[in-house]
Order: sequence, then structure tokens, then C-alpha cells
Amino acid sequence: MAMLTSDKNDKRGQEAEAVAEAAAREIRAERESAAAEPKKRRAQSYWAVSWNIFKKNKLGMVCLIVVVLLVLIAIFAPLLAPYDPYAQELANRYQAPCAAHPFGTDEFGRDLLSRTIYGCRISLSVGVVSQAIAIVIGFLAGVTAGYFGGKVDMAISFVIQVFSSFPFLLFAIVVMFVMGPGLINLYVALGLLMWTRTARLVRGDVMRLKSSEYIQSCILSGGSSWRIIIKHLLPNCVSTLIVTSTLGIPNAILSEASLSFLGLGVQPPMASWGQMISAARSVITSNTYYSVIPGVAIIITVMAFNLLGDALRDALDPKMRS
Amino acid sequence: MADKNMGEVILKAEHLTKHYPIKKGLFGRAENYVHALEDVSFEVRRGETFAIVGESGCGKSTTGKCVLRLTEPTSGTVTLDGVDFTALKGAELTEARKKMTLIFQDPYSSLNPRMTVADIIAEPLDIAKTYKTRAERDARVEEIMSKVGLDLAYKYRYPHEFSGGQRQRIGIARAIVLEPEIVICDEPVSALDVSVQAKVINLLEQLQDDLGLAYIFISHDLSVVKHISDRIMVMYLGHMMELATSEELFANPCHPYTEALLGVVPRIARERIQDKKILTGDVPSPANPPSGCCFHTRCANCMRVCAQRAPQEREVSPGHICACHLYDDTLTEDERTPEPPVVTKVG
Repeated sequence: MAMLTSDKNDKRGQEAEAVAEAAAREIRAERESAAAEPKKRRAQSYWAVSWNIFKKNKLGMVCLIVVVLLVLIAIFAPLLAPYDPYAQELANRYQAPCAAHPFGTDEFGRDLLSRTIYGCRISLSVGVVSQAIAIVIGFLAGVTAGYFGGKVDMAISFVIQVFSSFPFLLFAIVVMFVMGPGLINLYVALGLLMWTRTARLVRGDVMRLKSSEYIQSCILSGGSSWRIIIKHLLPNCVSTLIVTSTLGIPNAILSEASLSFLGLGVQPPMASWGQMISAARSVITSNTYYSVIPGVAIIITVMAFNLLGDALRDALDPKMRS
Repeated sequence: MADKNMGEVILKAEHLTKHYPIKKGLFGRAENYVHALEDVSFEVRRGETFAIVGESGCGKSTTGKCVLRLTEPTSGTVTLDGVDFTALKGAELTEARKKMTLIFQDPYSSLNPRMTVADIIAEPLDIAKTYKTRAERDARVEEIMSKVGLDLAYKYRYPHEFSGGQRQRIGIARAIVLEPEIVICDEPVSALDVSVQAKVINLLEQLQDDLGLAYIFISHDLSVVKHISDRIMVMYLGHMMELATSEELFANPCHPYTEALLGVVPRIARERIQDKKILTGDVPSPANPPSGCCFHTRCANCMRVCAQRAPQEREVSPGHICACHLYDDTLTEDERTPEPPVVTKVG
């Protein structure tokens, strides 16, 4: 500091400078010894850090394993199922669990284990496909609303409000009724109904990110809106998208079960858990296992996805980092 | 540094004004305005450091943003290299903006956490499509990284792995990669530790010598400003109070506000703190600025005229401009009657 005036102060200043210099030398030495090591260390990306946090969450890891198992069951259903899920054996109707049929048989003598395994295919595919549709629509709507703001935001927010103010199941029933039952229609209907939550979260994220300085810097360099959305907004929204879709999948699975139970979803003879429960309704007192088995399958799947979503949110949230 | 002042004028801001509307009600009619910037004019010469100082909320950052048109000024013009920058649109604006860049205050929020250091620094190059091949682009990134003192081994690291000082170096590298003429430094060191501040300031000075950059250095830290700047503009509540060369301003401050600001710079030498003019009270709201001179509510030398009309900008000595009634010889005796503001004494 060059503000010192008198000689006395000068002397004091020199002493202070000497102390500061010694401290600086120490810091430099420390840095040099520390600098040698991290050069070898590979860059730890955001995802590596997230994975390290996630690994410590035991419940999350169990759920991840369950989800992976469910996915494997769905993919390899034809190899795992002991019987053809559509093969009727009318002599063996409503059998209790036994050695030949571990989960028993249904009203047409079809093997329930095979049908439950094939039902997993339907449930997971409904969850994943409808969420994929919901995420694409939700991200585009959310980004458009949040990034452009003003009248565009008002219009999109209004549509979101309208969509989310209908009772969900009632709306789903109407849509399925209009479009007709069937698996593809079910994907589309659920996707069209479930995008609003994603859109709302993405909109919030984008509005927060839009004012951040790195985006201002991109604007100053002449970056187009498209570049900002793809290079800056999308990568920073990925964690939100992962968490909402993981939490949205169980919702979609439950809705599929409900709609199939009501006869508007998957049509017989295809095996779906909701439709199995529906078929088991008439014999619920005499053949309880028939409705319990698909019910337990739904509970396990939905819980695994929900808890996995919670664990992912904890791992991906930057605020949870030290 | 005196010879630098001889440089030609490359940026000229004239009568810059920025009012932010305060919207209320269903249809968003503006009921009042925040007077963030009020008729501010200045020039920046090639290769010089022009500092803007003042308390928080005085419009320093708004000035920087209006010059860059990151927020559009309500009125006033900015002339860059003889071209009216405020009138440019689209591709012309993008092209002209290559001459002017910004270094941000917060090194933590100014870097995208999902991009590697190399990609962050290369972004202006990628947008401008300066280099045709990937190899040329990477070579330029490495050149700039070594110029700002970043280890090339850090190329593919992410911002969260760096300290504040290193992050600010990344921000500086991004700002100078397109070889601008003017760099607006918006409090570039106020978020850093004092030991790191000195290193970043030295880097900025060295880059200025190497590349012939002009800086608009926005800061509230007078000791940093004294060290780095050639000319200083003091702002208060969106108004320019005083503008002079660094030596002149520190040796011979004219405006009572500048005097008060200089009085609060911490020094190692012990002084009797009671002798100094210390500002009391708060900065008035820019949504409802005081009448006349905006500083009269806190000014120790307040006169009757100060509440009645705003002072003109006067050149008290060559190159030293001051907006204060104390230097107006045409005032009547009645107007000169002292009327010190009512303040509560602290301590």
C-alpha cells in the first residue's frame, strides 16, 4: 500500500511486508508440493461425483438393483417364462400355487408366473415410453416458456394450468375413450397427460439459469438461442429431467394398472398387472393369491422407482454437496 | 502511465440513462421508475484503465451493462470506434461486440458447471467460427491458457475443481480470446481473497501491456482502483459526481462525496477517526431520488441551493470534472446559506 505517510509508518509497513512475503513463500512451497500430485489425478466429472454420493445411499442401491432386475426380466421375458402366457389349459383353472405353476393359474388355466413376467414388460414399457414422450414435450414447453418469457410464458403456463387442473384419472379415461384402448394409445395418452410437471420444473430451472452470468457471456459473444438451449440450458436441466422421469415412471405404471383395471388400457389376452387384478376381482375371496401376486408386483416396482428417484435427487442436487 | 492518456478515444458514452419501470397491477403499467443511471457521459481511450467507483447500488454495474447493451439504455448513445453502437442490430451488433467483452464479478456463477475449461474459453471462438479446424482452435485455447497462467493440464477439468482465483483466470481467458479492444471488468476481484486479488490485478495489468487493452474497471475498492487506474469516475445514485485522473482525484478531491469516500479507505497508519468525515445515513432509494443534488441529504457542505436544483458538471481544472454547487461562482449569498442535513450521530 502506498498510502503510508510518515517515516515511522514506513518502518511498520516494511515489517508488514516482510511478514507477508514470508507467508507468501510458505504458501508457494505448499502449492508446489500439492501441485505435483493432482496433475496425475483424472478430472472428476459431475457424474463421477454424483455416483460416489449415490453409492453411499444403501436404500438407493437396493432400489437400483431391483430396477435393473425388473428391466432384465422385461427384456428376457420369453427366456424366463416357464409357459406360454397365452396358452390356455382349461382343465387346470384357478389352481393354487404348486410345483408345476409356482404362482398358480388363472380363469383360463394360464400360468400366472409367465403372465406376471410378461406383465412386467407392459408395465415398464408404459412407464418408460410415456415418460419419454412427457419429457420431450415437457422440456420443450418448459424451455420455451422459461427462456422467452413474457407472452409466450403466459400462454404456455396457461396450458399447463389447464392440463393439470383436470382430475388425472378422469382425463385419462376420456382420452383413452376417445382414442380407443390399446398399448400404443396408452403410451400416447399418458405421455400427453404427464408432461406438465416436467414442464413446470424445467421452466423454473430455466428462469433461474437464464440470468446466470455464463449465459449472459454467451449472449455477448453472439450465441444463438438454440446454442444457449442446447449447450447451456439442457446440460444444466439433465438432473431435473432424470429425477422427474424416475418419479414419473411409477405414476405411469399405476395409471396403466388403473386404466387396464377399468378395461380402457391393455386389452386381453395381453398380460398386464392391472388387467390381472381386474380379472381376479370376481374370485378375490376364493383365490386371493390371484389378485395378490400382480398387486405385490406393482407395489415392488412402484416403490423401487420412487425410492430410486429420491436417491437420485439427493445425489444429483448440487446443494447436497459440501 | 501519463503517456497512455494521449491515446485516441475508442469509446464514448453520452448522456446514458437507464430507468427500470416498477410494474404494478394486472396489466403491468409502470407506476414509477428506478433511476439507475441518470445522464452519465464519459470517454475511454485506447490502452487506458478507466475506473468507475461508488457505493453498492450507485449504478456502476448498470453503466457497464448499458455500454455493452446487455441491458438496453433508456436513452443516450455509446460510440465505439466512431460507430454508433447503440443503433446496431443483429449481425452488425454481434460483430461490434467482439471489440468489447466483460469479466464478471462472481467467478463461481460465471462459468457453466457442465463445460470443460477448454470449451468455456473456446466458446466465443466457436460462436464466431474464427478457426476452421479443431487443431487451430485448440492451439489458440492453449495459447490463451498459458497467457493467463493456467496449467495446460487443466484443459479438460470442470470449473468446480478450481479455486476462485483460477476461475477468474478462466473468465479472463474467455474475455480476451477474441482479442477485444475494451474489457469491462465488473468488480473482477471483489469476490477473491486479498492475496489472490493482487495476482489477478497483476495479470490484468500485464495483459493490458501485452495486448493494448483498455479497461473499464468497475469497483468499490479504492485501494485497488488507485493502483490500477489512469482516470476515475465517481458515481452516486446513478449520477456522475466527479471525474479526474487517478493522481488528481486522490491528491485533490473536489466533491464532498469523493472526500468522504477517500476518508473511509482503511490504512495501516493510525489516524484519529473522529477527525474524518464519515458518511452517515443510507443511500436514498433510486426509485424516489432526492430533489436537486442527489447527494444533498448526506452532504456535510450542503447549501440552500443543493435541494433546489441539480448542479452542472464543471471543469474545475483541466480534465477534472466535478458536479457540485461549491464550485459555482454565480450563486447568490442566499443560495449559499449552509443547510447541513439532519443526521443522527453514531457512536
